[in-house]
Amino acid sequence: MDVVVFAAAAAIILAGALGVVLSPNPVHCALMLVMTLFGVAVLFVQEEAHFLAAVQVIVYAGAIVVLFLFVIMLLGVDKADSLSTEPLGGQRPAAAAVAVAGLGLVVLLAVRAAEVTGARSVAGALRGGESNLDVLGRSIFTDYLFAFEATSALLVIAVVGAVVMARRPRDTERDR
Amino acid sequence: MLSAVWLVPALPLAGFALLLLAGRRLGDPLAGWLATLMVAAAFVAGIVTFAGLLGRDEEERAFTFRLFEWLRVGGLDVDVSFLADPLSITMVLFVTGVGTLIHLYSIGYMHGDPRYDRFFLYLNLFAFSMLVLVLGDNLLLTFLGWEGVGVCSYLLISFWFERDTAATAGKKAFITNRVGDWGFMVAMFLTFFALGTLTYSGDEGILQRAPDLPESTALGIALLLFVGAAGKSAQLPLYVWLPDAMEGPTPVSALIHAATMVTAGVYLMVRVHPILEQADTALHVIAVVGAATAFFAATCAVAQRDIKRVLAYSTISQLGYMFLAVGVGAYVAAIFHMVTHAFFKALLFLGAGSVIHGVHEEQDMRRMGALRAFMPVTAATFIVGWLAIAGIPPFAGFWSKDEILAAAWEDNVLLWAVGLVTALLTAFYMSRQVFLVFFGEPRWREADARSPEEALATPEHEPSAATPARGDEEAHVGGEPHESPWLMLAPLVVLAALSIVGGGLNLPGVMTLEHFLEPVFGDQFHELDLAGGVQVALAVAAGVGAVLGILAAREVYVRHRLQAERVEPELLRRAWYIDDGLAAVVDGPVEEVAEGAAAFDRRGIDGFVDGVGTVVRAGGSRLRVVQTGYVRNYALGMAAGAVLLLGFFLARATL
Amino acid sequence: MTVDDTWYLILGAVLFTIGGAGLLVRRNPLVMFMCVELMLNAVNLTFVTFARTLDDVGGQVVVFFVLVVAAAEVVVGLGIIVSILRRRPGATADDVSLLRG
Repeated sequence: MDVVVFAAAAAIILAGALGVVLSPNPVHCALMLVMTLFGVAVLFVQEEAHFLAAVQVIVYAGAIVVLFLFVIMLLGVDKADSLSTEPLGGQRPAAAAVAVAGLGLVVLLAVRAAEVTGARSVAGALRGGESNLDVLGRSIFTDYLFAFEATSALLVIAVVGAVVMARRPRDTERDR
Repeated sequence: MLSAVWLVPALPLAGFALLLLAGRRLGDPLAGWLATLMVAAAFVAGIVTFAGLLGRDEEERAFTFRLFEWLRVGGLDVDVSFLADPLSITMVLFVTGVGTLIHLYSIGYMHGDPRYDRFFLYLNLFAFSMLVLVLGDNLLLTFLGWEGVGVCSYLLISFWFERDTAATAGKKAFITNRVGDWGFMVAMFLTFFALGTLTYSGDEGILQRAPDLPESTALGIALLLFVGAAGKSAQLPLYVWLPDAMEGPTPVSALIHAATMVTAGVYLMVRVHPILEQADTALHVIAVVGAATAFFAATCAVAQRDIKRVLAYSTISQLGYMFLAVGVGAYVAAIFHMVTHAFFKALLFLGAGSVIHGVHEEQDMRRMGALRAFMPVTAATFIVGWLAIAGIPPFAGFWSKDEILAAAWEDNVLLWAVGLVTALLTAFYMSRQVFLVFFGEPRWREADARSPEEALATPEHEPSAATPARGDEEAHVGGEPHESPWLMLAPLVVLAALSIVGGGLNLPGVMTLEHFLEPVFGDQFHELDLAGGVQVALAVAAGVGAVLGILAAREVYVRHRLQAERVEPELLRRAWYIDDGLAAVVDGPVEEVAEGAAAFDRRGIDGFVDGVGTVVRAGGSRLRVVQTGYVRNYALGMAAGAVLLLGFFLARATL
Repeated sequence: MTVDDTWYLILGAVLFTIGGAGLLVRRNPLVMFMCVELMLNAVNLTFVTFARTLDDVGGQVVVFFVLVVAAAEVVVGLGIIVSILRRRPGATADDVSLLRG
């Protein structure tokens, strides 16, 4: 049963990824991205990371991709991008070579170098009695509290920065 | 009393300092009197030290006076200390004595010169340097004095530097001396290397320890020191500067290039005689070079037309005699001849200066003649000097020259023969000079009748006083020759007296000087081992040779039995074309080598340095291609790097 | 047959590679950004796999933070893209190449 789920999710993921890379129309790319994100969420569930699966769908697929689509709509970059030409010579072959090499190495690493120390990290056990949400929450708000606060601050700063950057310049107030 | 020895160099140094500060203000003639006073005071200090030496026993006549510690670095210990022993005191006495007389003479001779005080400044500096040279207790101090007299020689030769020939002559002297100085320096290095010290005196000094030297080292040191001496004392082949040095004022020629500086080389050889004794070959070389130089210079003197050039070549010739004496081991004879030569050569030069002054700066002997009537005192003293140098008894030169010839006979008959022939030539050319200048027809009358340009048109290699650089000619141009003022005549008279009685310093039998210098030479003392009869015969031969020379000159220049041109070939006048040969070599091959070196420096070394810059620039412009500006290219680079890292980790994990 | 952890890792690797290749090849800035999101997702998947394998909640915590930071990054990045494209409509990644040597 697990295998079937895995196979299906993997198929969705890969199809979506290839779609993102190969579609000329950016809107199509965004939709393919959504497909990939859903596939990843399914795999999260299969790996007993329920909370993360939920957050993935809500935040990533729900908010981030929507942002993308907003920008595409606002700026009108939905025109097709010419995929056949490549102004930078040698970029494509080099990219292919690097990609293949990288993939090969990582696969080799994954298969051959299985060095698992078995030691626990600070974070504590994943399984145990409590639900995944409890464990995760407990870990975030105690062991990784500082990181949590920092990321909160980061979010605020990001929002402020985006607002400042994307404002249309007012001609009366500021000289450009 | 012996502690007064430090005053001897200090007084001329004080004179130098005073003249440096206040010379301009003192002016003519006070600056001259100050300088003379300083040298005279040094002479007195020398007398006091001499008396102190006499007060001691014979074996203890080596007194070192340490002024202060100079160098103490590595194994090298050099102090500024003076060695007062019979040899150095002898040198001090005649240097300061003759020096005082020449200073006195210069007060009158340089009168009217715009740089009067400068002249005496340099003279005092010279006196200081010479006395340091002679009194120094180590090779380094001697070298200091050596260099000092070289500098003063340069300054004084080119004293009238507005004249191109004078400036060139000064440079020539300095550069030729430098070649000799190289020899001296390397000899110092060798000495320090072999013996660990540069000091003369004491049980650890080089004089005591010279017998420890292996023969090859001693030979090296001796020959290198001789190279230095040859440069300073104008022996073959480093003599070329002395004839040109006559560009300087006559007192300079008298003091530096006759009486004192040029004897520094002989002094050095005598001082380090223990080292010379260790290497017989060195002694032979010195003797041969000395004899050859004596003969060569005498031949050149025969054909010179300038009154001072004759005396210059004569000096070279007499110095050759001194080195010949050193080479055959007769050190006392060399010193004796040095002293007598100082007397009569200074006399001759000062007399020549008086003549030049009297005929209004004319130096060509062909335009003199019959000056006896106009300059009686000058003529009389000059004749005394002539007889002394020709070797006529009982004048001083006869005794000293005879002693050298006797020593040469004992060592090598060939050397004696060369010496004898040279003595004959000496008598000949000096008589020639006397006859041309003081006797015969008054050729200067015709010279005055001719226009000045005509008179100067004859091509002369020697410096004829073309542009007199002194200031008091206005009163003298044209007119009859006249005698010089008493200030210039007094030293002439004193020197003439010394030339007459100077032989008394070392008469055979009594040998005063020899006994005085005995402690210096210790067991290397060289007693003449000839039978009395042989000595007398040699003396007679020398005397006869001198007379023959005088008679021969009389035939040519007084009786005119022989054409003068036959006896004075161009070859001799141009000094066997050695100077011209040197000029050709330096102008040709040496110049080319120098050009080559300069070109190598420009192209090779500068090119290399510039090339580094060019390479960096070129490399930079090649590498610039990587910076395309495209983000995607940079991203590619990053990805490639990450892949490489991955590969590295994989290799580490699995291998 | 059960699903081996290695399969997840390989899937993550492939996803990462596709995202990386897309980043190098595409010129449209928005599409390039989306490829970056693909790469981040691959990393998330790998972390969750290891959290399960090693029985360690730290992996999931990392994923949590990656999600948050990715969100912030998208906000700022899109703001930049908007600023640039407002001035030069139709610009691609290749047009921003003033810093060339």
